[in-house]
Amino acid sequence: MMVTPMHFVIFAVVLFAIGTGGVLLRRSGISILLGLELMLNAANLALVAFGRMHGTLDAQVFVFFVMAVAAAGVAVGLALLVAIFRKRQSIDVDRLNVLRW
Amino acid sequence: MVVLVFYAAVVVGVVSAVVAVAHRNPVVNVLSLVVTLFCVAVSYALLGAEFLAAAQILIYAGAILVLFLFVVMLLNAPEVKSASEPRPFQRTAGLLLAVAAGVGGVALLMGIQVVAPGAQVSGDAQAIGRLLVGPYLFAFEFISVVLLAAMVGALVLVKRKH
Amino acid sequence: MWASVAVTAVKLVVVAGSILTCVAIMEWVERRGAAFIQDRLGPNRVGPLGLFQPIVDAVKLLFKEDVTPTAVNKGLYYLAPMISVFVALVTFIVIPFGAGKDVTVFGVPLGGLIVAPDLGVGILYLLALSALGVYGIVLAGWSSNNKYSLLGGLRSSAQLISYELSMTLAVLGVLLATGSLRLDDVVSYQASHVWNFIPQFIGFIVFTTAVFAETNRLPFDLAEAETELVAGYHVEYSSMKFAAFLMSEYMNMVTASALIVTLFFGGWSFPGMGRLSGWWLLIASVAVFVTKLAFFLWLFVWVRWSLPRFRYDQLMQLGWKGLLPLATGNLVWVGFAMAMRWL
Repeated sequence: MMVTPMHFVIFAVVLFAIGTGGVLLRRSGISILLGLELMLNAANLALVAFGRMHGTLDAQVFVFFVMAVAAAGVAVGLALLVAIFRKRQSIDVDRLNVLRW
Repeated sequence: MVVLVFYAAVVVGVVSAVVAVAHRNPVVNVLSLVVTLFCVAVSYALLGAEFLAAAQILIYAGAILVLFLFVVMLLNAPEVKSASEPRPFQRTAGLLLAVAAGVGGVALLMGIQVVAPGAQVSGDAQAIGRLLVGPYLFAFEFISVVLLAAMVGALVLVKRKH
Repeated sequence: MWASVAVTAVKLVVVAGSILTCVAIMEWVERRGAAFIQDRLGPNRVGPLGLFQPIVDAVKLLFKEDVTPTAVNKGLYYLAPMISVFVALVTFIVIPFGAGKDVTVFGVPLGGLIVAPDLGVGILYLLALSALGVYGIVLAGWSSNNKYSLLGGLRSSAQLISYELSMTLAVLGVLLATGSLRLDDVVSYQASHVWNFIPQFIGFIVFTTAVFAETNRLPFDLAEAETELVAGYHVEYSSMKFAAFLMSEYMNMVTASALIVTLFFGGWSFPGMGRLSGWWLLIASVAVFVTKLAFFLWLFVWVRWSLPRFRYDQLMQLGWKGLLPLATGNLVWVGFAMAMRWL
C-alpha cells in the first residue's frame, strides 16, 4: 500500500465538503466562519498535494499567502460578528434581515 | 509507517471536522477544528512541506483559532436555536449541496490523470524563504498591507462610539 | 532502523527524566530561595536541608481529594490540564542539551544530546507548540464556570499572545545571524563566533522579559494575581489536576531557561572546549549547559521574590509600547550589522 499525493487531495475534498456543509447548514455566525476556515484549509491541502505532484515549491508559497490572507479575513469577520452581536444581541445569521444598519 | 500516519490523520481529521461543524457548543467547535488543522499539518509534513506544517500550527492553531475562542467567550452568545424556525427546505438543500460538493469532487478526481509520481521537493524554510523574497517579493510585501488594512478595519468595526 | 529508534527513545527518556527531576528540584529551590530572600528558614524538616520536601508535596497532592465542582463543563475541565502538561512536555525535543556529534552508542551515531536532531524546522516547532499552551489556560478559565477563573484565563491568554510577538521577534534576530532554524546550528555558530548576547544584548533583554511573561511568572503573573483573582484560572482545580498546572509552569520555566541559554549564551559551548572530543566533550558540554541553565532558573526565582507585580495596563504598555519596538529595533540592528559584515 502506498500513499500518493492523490490520497491527500481526496482527504482535502472530504474536508471541503464537510466545511461546505457547515457553512450551508449552520446559522450561528461563528460556526459559519469556522466552516469557511475548514474549506480554506482543504483548499490549501489540495494545493500542497498538487504542488507535490508537479514537483514545485510555488504551491507552498501560495498556501503561505492564503494563510496570511485568511488571518486578515478572520480578524475582520470576527470584528463584524462582534459589532453585529452588540447591535442585535444575537449571532443568528437568519436574523440579519435588514439591509440598512 | 507513512500509510499508518496518513490514515490516522484522515480518520481523526474527518471525525473532528464533523464535530467542528455539527456540535452545538461553540467552544467544542473551535477545539475540534484545532484537531482537524493539526491533522492537516500532519498531512503537510507527510507531503514534505515541513515549514508549512509548522506555520500551520503557529498561524492557525496558535493565532486564528485563539481569536475565535476569544470571540466565543467574549460574546457568550445564547445558542442559536434551530427548532424555533424550522426551515426544512433550506436544510435539505444545504445538505444536498454539501454532499454534492464531496461526491462531485471525488468523481472529478477519478478522471484526472495523475502527473509524475511526485518529485520530492523539500519544503524547508530556506527554500520557501528564497521564493518569498525572490519571485514573490511583491506579493510578500503586499501581504503586510493587507494585514494592516484588516487590523485597522477590525479596530474600527469593534470600536464603541462614546 | 530499530537501533536508531532505540537511541532516540533513550535520549527522550533521559532528557524528559532530567526535566521532571529539575521540576522537583526547582520546587525546593523556589521555597528555600524565597525563605532565603525573605530572611527565614523555609522547609527544613524533611531530609537534609528539606531536600525531600518535593516528594512529600507530590505524595500530598496525589492523595488529596479531587474535587470536581458541579457547574463545570466536565470534558473541557478535564482536558485543560492535559493540554498544559502536553504542551510543556513536547517542546523541549529540539533543544540541544549537549554536544556529541562524534559519539556513537552501539554503532549508532548519537547526533548530540538533542532528541530530534533531524527536525529541520527546529525552533519553529517549539514556538508553534508553545503557542498551543494558551488553550490549556483559556479552557481552564472558561470551563471552571467561575468569574475569577474566567478573568484569569482571559488575562493570561491576552498576555501570552501579546508577549509572543516580542519573543518571536527577538528570536528572529538570532536566526538571522545564524541563517538556520536548527538550534544546534545556533549553538555551533555561537561557538565559532561570539555568544549572541553581546551583539544582540537588546534582543536578549527583550527575550528574557517576554519569556517571564510567557511562563506567567512574577512580575507578570497577572493570571494568578492572588490578591485580586484568588488564584486565577486554576481556582477550581484541586489535587493532581492542580499539580498538573504547577508542573507545566515549572517545565515551561526549564524550557524557557534552556532557550535563553541556547539562543543567547552559547548553549553547551564554552571557550576552549574545542580540544575535547567524544564522550569527554559530551560530559563537559552537559556540565556547561546545566551550569548556565541553573543560573537562569535561579534568576526566575530571584526575580519572583524581588519585584512586585505589574498592573494590567502597565503590562500591556510594556509589551506593546516597550518590548515590541525594542525587538524590532534589535532585528533592524542585526540586519544592518550583517549587511556591514560585522556579524
